[in-house]
Amino acid sequence: MTSQTTSGAGYATERETTEGRVFNVTGGDWDTITGGIDPLSNEKIVVNMGPQHPSTHGVLRLVLELEGETVTQVRPVVGYLHTGIEKNLEYRNWTQGTTFVTRMDYLAPLFNETGYCLAVEKLLGITDDITERANTIRVLFMELNRISSHLVWIATTGMELGAISMMLYGFREREYILDIFEETSGLRMNHAYIRPGGVAQDIPDSAVRKIRDFLKYLPKKLKEYEDMLSGQVIWQERTQGVGVLDVTGCLSLGVTGPVLRSAGLAWDLRKTMPYCGYEDYEFDVPTATTADVWGRYLVRMAEIRESLKIVEQALDRLKPGPVMIADKKIAWPAQLAVGVDGMGNSLEHVAKIMGQSMESLIHHFKLVTEGFRVPPGQVYVGIEHPRGELGVHAVSDGGTHPYRVHYRDPSFVNLQAIPAMAEGALLADVIAGGASLDPVMGGCDR
Amino acid sequence: MTNESDGGVPATQPVGADLDAPAQTPPSPDKGMFGVKGTGDVSGFGGLARRRPTTADTARPFGGYFDEVHDALEEAYPGFADAIEKVVVDRGELTLHIKAERIAEVCQIMRDDESLRFELCSSVDAVDYLGSDNRRFHVSYQLTSMTYRRRVRLEAAVAEGVSLPSVTSVYPTADWQEREIYDMFGVVFDGHPNLTRILMPDDWEGHPQRKDYPLGGVPVEYKGAEIPPPDQRRVYQ
Repeated sequence: MTSQTTSGAGYATERETTEGRVFNVTGGDWDTITGGIDPLSNEKIVVNMGPQHPSTHGVLRLVLELEGETVTQVRPVVGYLHTGIEKNLEYRNWTQGTTFVTRMDYLAPLFNETGYCLAVEKLLGITDDITERANTIRVLFMELNRISSHLVWIATTGMELGAISMMLYGFREREYILDIFEETSGLRMNHAYIRPGGVAQDIPDSAVRKIRDFLKYLPKKLKEYEDMLSGQVIWQERTQGVGVLDVTGCLSLGVTGPVLRSAGLAWDLRKTMPYCGYEDYEFDVPTATTADVWGRYLVRMAEIRESLKIVEQALDRLKPGPVMIADKKIAWPAQLAVGVDGMGNSLEHVAKIMGQSMESLIHHFKLVTEGFRVPPGQVYVGIEHPRGELGVHAVSDGGTHPYRVHYRDPSFVNLQAIPAMAEGALLADVIAGGASLDPVMGGCDR
Repeated sequence: MTNESDGGVPATQPVGADLDAPAQTPPSPDKGMFGVKGTGDVSGFGGLARRRPTTADTARPFGGYFDEVHDALEEAYPGFADAIEKVVVDRGELTLHIKAERIAEVCQIMRDDESLRFELCSSVDAVDYLGSDNRRFHVSYQLTSMTYRRRVRLEAAVAEGVSLPSVTSVYPTADWQEREIYDMFGVVFDGHPNLTRILMPDDWEGHPQRKDYPLGGVPVEYKGAEIPPPDQRRVYQ
């Protein structure tokens, strides 16, 4: 039995349920609630936060049990962005897969694509045949993407902790990177640019110039961010000693990436299990020892600088050459080009298959509609994503479609650490701790 | 079923073609929605023709660090001969097929033994080998040794309705991943602290990642109306 009454002159309604008294609170109704409650006899409050909440860093729901302002229990609830991408992959050919996986973690689409392509290439046994230029472009773009992802982290975390200006600055700088992506792939996000066998198309000179400009531009801005945040007392108080998770905690909960490195373990798959030629680049793995939100802030800022170093080296290495594997049975036949009306199929290619070569048309048709076959077997590929280890477990049955692809998304695994970080702390620190994990729910829920 | 000679027009009459309901054609087991055969069907509604992959035992030497891992586990784990069903080395990756009921024990040894030290359980996920294996669900555990920089995959196969021990006591990170497997495949993990659905709604019926669960094959529900799943709507051919 429930009965609904309106308490006092306020707008909040309350009901008696079998579980206890339930209040529906909106806007500024808290006074009418707290005014009528005896804090001594009602110590425990269960608060539902999210899934639509500006501070939950996405469509994340947290069920919090509070005693006063202290959190005694947190239960993260995920799944609100589940779109069945893994299931859909099984019904598309191997190349079409990149279009799906890029939509998982929407802040790091190029990592999703690279992880997937590395897995497909490993299944095909063509890892060593990927051209140098394709690998360099992959590294270049992944590092730019890492920077843009970390910029969004600093932007959203700044906003969640009250530094609203960071929100604007972070997104402003990220826009430069998205412009570079757009210049090359035609899309700001969800590029489907990295394909099994290489990349969809070559990087234009104009984009290279933009990257060079960006390399000069960003360090000044990073300095500005640090001037704004690092010495800020509120920022320090909100981050230092907050959301602590040591190496043991990280490893048992499977937390990797900047959170693990902020606890002092320099585990970075680019160094420890290199791929795409990362072993040839010179960069450091930044760590901190504080294991708190502050440490994660320092690590991410340092990582942006390391990524800039890698981007610069990658630009210097960018020698002319093919960006797609030579094997015509795998290489995507179509090429894109920028026309007067935007990005589209290269007119040269269309003229060839439609007007000159019947064999080219057949080849194009077969490869584009049916796709290539991948020998049966299974592989697991792990790459260093901005949020930790991104694992792709791909299984082939020998057909033109994946038999199963599973993404070990770092957001999904890392979110398990919220209770360990937040229980026993203040309610406000749940926000800081959760934000420091940098969860992206699109990746978490897939 | 469609007759091939008449250009893909369904031989069976659509049912339920009255005024209110859209015409329905029973889904055909071997054809896609648009009469497509083989692998060309990208709609998914016709299901896909699947091959049956088999994996063979790999003979020694396995190469690389695989022999070391294999021997270290054999030495540290008394039940080795009984628990290991198969050792497969493929594409530079070592897969140890473990009896399902032993998986938690093996993980414990893999984590704690000094010469193994697989501290991190990178990923746990499952694959449904419906039709090619009686124990259709293969749960794989990707273990990473940070000390030795090694990776190993453990694989445990269970039949439908058979549960396997949870590894959450060894690797707490497996908590959500085992929940995801339960959600997506319906595999039950004994000893899991809170085995509930994680990605799908709590009241969802069925386990979407199973191979016999269709893509998009559930009705679209609105308030006061229900649209049949795409494969049961009117067929345009």
